[in-house]
Amino acid sequence: MAKKLMKGCEALGEAAIQAGCLHFFGYPITPQTEVPEYLSRRLPEVGGVYVQAESEVAASNMIYGCAAAGVRVFTSSSSPGISLMAEAVSYMAGSQLPVVIVNIVRGGPGLGGILPAQSDYWQATRGIGHGDFRVIVLAPSTVQEAADLMIEAFDLADQYRNPVMIIGDGIIGQMMEPVEFKKREKKQLPEKIWAASGAKGRAANKIHSLFLDPVKLEQHNIFLKKKYDEVEKNEQRFELYNTEKPYDLLIVAYGTMARICKTSIALLQEENISIGLARPISLYPYPYKAIQEAARKAKQVLVVELSMGQMIDDVRLAVEGQRPVHFYGRSGGMVPSPEEVCRELKRILAQKT
Amino acid sequence: MEAIFSRPKAMSSTITHYCPGCTHGIIHRLIGELLDEYNLKEKTVGVAPVGCAVLAYNYLDVDFIEAAHGRAPAVATGVKRGRPDLFVFTYQGDGDLASIGMGEIIHAANRGEKISVVFVNNAIYGMTGGQMAPTTLPQQVTSTCPQGRDVQTAGFPIRMAELLSSLQTDSFIARVSSHSPRNVIEAKKVLKRAFGYQVSGRCFTLVEFLSTCPTNWGLPPKKATEWLEQNMIPYYPLGIFKTPEEGKVK
Ligand SMILES: Cc1ncc(C[n+]2csc(CCOP(=O)(O)OP(=O)(O)O)c2C)c(N)n1
Ligand code: SF4
Ligand SMILES: [Mg+2]
Repeated sequence: MAKKLMKGCEALGEAAIQAGCLHFFGYPITPQTEVPEYLSRRLPEVGGVYVQAESEVAASNMIYGCAAAGVRVFTSSSSPGISLMAEAVSYMAGSQLPVVIVNIVRGGPGLGGILPAQSDYWQATRGIGHGDFRVIVLAPSTVQEAADLMIEAFDLADQYRNPVMIIGDGIIGQMMEPVEFKKREKKQLPEKIWAASGAKGRAANKIHSLFLDPVKLEQHNIFLKKKYDEVEKNEQRFELYNTEKPYDLLIVAYGTMARICKTSIALLQEENISIGLARPISLYPYPYKAIQEAARKAKQVLVVELSMGQMIDDVRLAVEGQRPVHFYGRSGGMVPSPEEVCRELKRILAQKT
Repeated sequence: MEAIFSRPKAMSSTITHYCPGCTHGIIHRLIGELLDEYNLKEKTVGVAPVGCAVLAYNYLDVDFIEAAHGRAPAVATGVKRGRPDLFVFTYQGDGDLASIGMGEIIHAANRGEKISVVFVNNAIYGMTGGQMAPTTLPQQVTSTCPQGRDVQTAGFPIRMAELLSSLQTDSFIARVSSHSPRNVIEAKKVLKRAFGYQVSGRCFTLVEFLSTCPTNWGLPPKKATEWLEQNMIPYYPLGIFKTPEEGKVK
């Protein structure tokens, strides 16, 4: 397929279709409404199903049912809507259902604003809902990467029987960039023999997260933990940028913020200031080891986020106190310019360590 | 010897946890018999509620999904839209359907989802030990309205069958009772008609069952049956409220 100019939200919708997902349940919310709008037009063309739910509570429970029946399905929302989905996400993780959830994050708390933010990092990476569980979280920084990760998300969900979240911000969702949907090999995935799809010629399947016996619930939790251990072993994704030559400081940033930081790094390069960047792509599983190794090569670390400081918790866990970890963030929909980040970098570098 | 009475194939041999005199079990049995009669065992997905019937998935021997409290109609929507060839039903209590799940049931009915809802109204929250439900009768005493339901502050009990039959979308909506053999025989006929509409892909269907909760009503089973007849039926009239052929009939 040739390259096509697409909005991030539309690319996410098209990527789902390319991944063979023909079922979408959602509710409008800025800044991701282009996802349901695109799919309400596109899905009928490809024999798919688009349903506008009455709320995010309903939408998330609809994907619960659809996934339980063994059908590829996804939903999309933004921060306040994701809060409403927390219940169903917990149930889906507990009953091990493969679904994909897009969160185009906006500023909060509460109704907050509609402009880009990264203030749902804690919510996304700490499970979203109640209980002992994890959601695989992938954070693209370009529209092309959003499309690629979206396609991969469905395979990961099926492979691990677990919800997968694509987390972006309003810039990723709204920005237009050329996208190419490459032909890809179909991944060998386990058959969905567990699905509630009519017990024809087999014992009945029961999809549930209820274990009244504490011994059984603990066993279930241990089983899930083993699965997350596998995810942590196999699915860490990150990008290292400008780390081949020596650098004084390492920036850790993801998504749109990482992209801005790349420009800052290029600007400082002209002044012979060398800065490295580590960009986590999987926010869960977090690439702790990669961040630690990259941090060890620097004297200090700067975490840059579109929030008041959330991912910095994981960076500190990765760095284990071996390097000073600074923070720079803007919030509420304010997005720093590359020059602003440069100023902050220079200020830190000028400090006596 | 010829067997003249046996367990429906669609039911498992698990012994239910329901209290003596509770009519949840009778309603399960009607579902089992009808799944057999329509030969649906191998193409059915049931959706269980949160409530006393949360373990319905252990009692009916068909594929099952256990939904979050009140969300069964949304879960069923997901199954039916994903696999329109399947027979999909929810089983929900009055707290589940008429309180926390009010939004989900109204919108599933209004979209005309081709699912069947078995709604069990026992005028109380059974599972959590007898608190006030949206269906608790005026003056009825529960653990959270110890002086009796005060309609000045709690409002009047919600008549779900009537409320849902006011929607314009085609549907089949009825109320039956499970408290006497005569009513159970009638209930089965009505539920059969409801299931039939889904089998033929016709419309959304809901059958409200008046049901007993001797334990939380604080009554022995026989008294509970009488209490249902004397108190619930006058407030919750039995009958068919809406059909796809005639529209709103009551
Ligand atoms: C989100 C949530 N809130 C509250 C509960 C607690 N809870 C469990 S069952 C129930 C009420 C069930 O009553 P009903 O639906 O009438 O079913 P019954 O037990 O009477 O058959 C409640 C409040 C829960 N499980 N989940
Ligand atoms: S508590 Fe009430 S509804 Fe629940 S099983 Fe006992 S009698 Fe039935
Ligand atoms: Mg009840």
